[in-house]
Amino acid sequence: MWGILRRSAVDGGGFSASSLRRTRSALVSARSYASGSKEMTVRDALNSAIDEEMSADPKVFVMGEEVGQYQGAYKITKGLLEKYGPERVYDTPITEAGFTGIGVGAAYAGLKPVVEFMTFNFSMQAIDHIINSAAKSNYMSAGQINVPIVFRGPNGAAAGVGAQHSQCYAAWYASVPGLKVLAPYSAEDARGLLKAAIRDPDPVVFLENELLYGESFPISEEALDSSFCLPIGKAKIEREGKDVTITTFSKMVGFALKAAEKLAEEGISAEVINLRSIRPLDRATINASVRKTSRLVTVEEGFPQHGVCAEICASVVEESFSYLDAPVERIAGADVPMPYAANLERLALPQVEDIVRAAKRACYRSK
Amino acid sequence: MALSRLSLRSTTFLKPSSLRRHVTTDTTPITIETAAPFTSHQCDPPSRSVETSSAEILSFFRDMARMRRMEIAADSLYKSKLIRGFCHLYDGQEALAVGMEAGITKKDAIITSYRDHCTFLGRGGELVDAFSELMGRMRGCSNGKGGSMHFYKKDACFYGGHGIVGAQIPLGCGLAFAQKYSKEENVSFVLYGDGAANQGQLFEALNIAALWDLPAILVCENNHYGMGTATWRSAKSPAYFKRGDYVPGLKVDGMDVLAVKQACKFAKEHALKNGPIILEMDTYRYHGHSMSDPGSTYRTRDEVSGVRQVRDPIERVRKLLLSHDIATEKELKDMEKEVRKEVDDAVAQAKESPVPEASELFTNMYVKDCGVESFGADRKELKVTLA
Repeated sequence: MWGILRRSAVDGGGFSASSLRRTRSALVSARSYASGSKEMTVRDALNSAIDEEMSADPKVFVMGEEVGQYQGAYKITKGLLEKYGPERVYDTPITEAGFTGIGVGAAYAGLKPVVEFMTFNFSMQAIDHIINSAAKSNYMSAGQINVPIVFRGPNGAAAGVGAQHSQCYAAWYASVPGLKVLAPYSAEDARGLLKAAIRDPDPVVFLENELLYGESFPISEEALDSSFCLPIGKAKIEREGKDVTITTFSKMVGFALKAAEKLAEEGISAEVINLRSIRPLDRATINASVRKTSRLVTVEEGFPQHGVCAEICASVVEESFSYLDAPVERIAGADVPMPYAANLERLALPQVEDIVRAAKRACYRSK
Repeated sequence: MALSRLSLRSTTFLKPSSLRRHVTTDTTPITIETAAPFTSHQCDPPSRSVETSSAEILSFFRDMARMRRMEIAADSLYKSKLIRGFCHLYDGQEALAVGMEAGITKKDAIITSYRDHCTFLGRGGELVDAFSELMGRMRGCSNGKGGSMHFYKKDACFYGGHGIVGAQIPLGCGLAFAQKYSKEENVSFVLYGDGAANQGQLFEALNIAALWDLPAILVCENNHYGMGTATWRSAKSPAYFKRGDYVPGLKVDGMDVLAVKQACKFAKEHALKNGPIILEMDTYRYHGHSMSDPGSTYRTRDEVSGVRQVRDPIERVRKLLLSHDIATEKELKDMEKEVRKEVDDAVAQAKESPVPEASELFTNMYVKDCGVESFGADRKELKVTLA
């Protein structure tokens, strides 16, 4: 009925249909997105993804604060209440523990909730349900109770919102077996990963970024198709290079690409990997790249201690030690709660020059 | 209230067994009054006259006796270290699990806390699956990977088995949400204790359930102690059935299996029409909070034995069966012997069942593994790609 034919093209034999593979390699080698194509904001990408999945599967519903009548605090769910009605789009009271638990319970019973956290800072009020009620259930029940839920919302720093509204939760959630944790960068990422997440039978934490919502990206015809899905667990090589590998996710991908441009001017060819998936982490792609370049700079916005960068560094040291020509470099948020003053906030977050400096250090070229 | 005389017939009333029994299978409706009236909040209480039958009351006796024996056997197994970790026993509260099943169907959902062994049995779970799970064997209802607190039986709409106090309450309201969303005429029974009754998430979930008219029945199993803390020390208002404020409530003698049946039947009808309702079941646990708790630092032995003498749910049903001539003392004693054998056989069978294979460490992490890697303690020694 709705989209089953299209669905099977995606699900049969893994997510990558051969045409997708061809297009992706074309994209990679061109080091840019398909030219002459449309542009789409991340916001519209997310909105269209949720819309299409709701249209295709009546079990999918949206729940969260202000997702309906307000049109979404960040307008990600704009128009959905009007289109699908109050039985598919639920405005909740400001009670994260309560409504997240209700969402997980609905998923136990076979529905497919898309639960929005206005920001992931508020997910801490519901974290017991994400971890103990959702992530672990399939394991504890030996496969009886699976939880096809998506927890989505903006993650990490915004602009001037202060310490309680700026934390990045990638490392916390990605450390938990039983969860899948995704972090899109571009509009194509947003569409493909969110559609994959909603279709996935396991609990997915979907970490968006507020500052990316308004950014436009070129988007291919393929990515606009309602059957478009990206594989979970596969990183994307945004820019090929041979001298140093830079891994990162979300907003920092844009910074890493800018850093790569600056490095190219100085004769350093940087390979930029957009992780897309924090758990499962695409260790294969990261290590293959490091074995090619021999140097790694790993970048994230969140707190440095016990972060995503630390895991990547450990993985590379374990699997590709003899290929490394320099110590692994980590660029992360400062080890402080996020300050409000603009100059301090800038110091608390990675900037392009930090990534450039670290890459040069890895190449034994200081200053 | 004329009752049919006891009729002796052989029967397959029980699971097929090699022993012939002559016990009643009379399903003629009879009416019995509950020992105590219901107290209600924001609603009219149900009638004290409960429709039942001789066969049903007899089944109550057998089912409760089986649950009682299971929990006592679990106590021994724990002391012999065959059960590890946490073990929260339900003996004393059997009327709740059994009475509830009599008032609802297997399409209605139940979710509860970690004190879940008897609820599992009530939903149709097998003794051998319960004991195997407790002893961490592959035959266990969760393949040995859950343990005492994580029994599930999805095909009977039993959603566990939860270790975090109070978490099951929003989850249960979510089950009710799904029932309403899917336009099923079923309800969800969400069980929690007097300890969990103070949890914020209860009020968050109840608010949403009332707002959205979810068919959720919150059942407070008030056994008067949240671990070692008596209700008067933990709740400013221990009238748990009233704490829903705008949500109606009913206080029920949880040691009276017929009262429990009546209350659950009533609650189901109510919830399907009017949204959430709270049932407070006044009950008691003979064991401590768990096997690590002797249960004597916060209550006297006299209190425990007093409840056992006056309010024991199984003894009450025995008296009922005898006084209504539904069964003789000997028949009931024989039934208890059979149940004891059933339990002993199940324990023996469970003891024989193997532990999970080492490869089970990595199974059931995800439904869709998509090539995820997982690691053992020494990742260079043990690394698995989940297929």
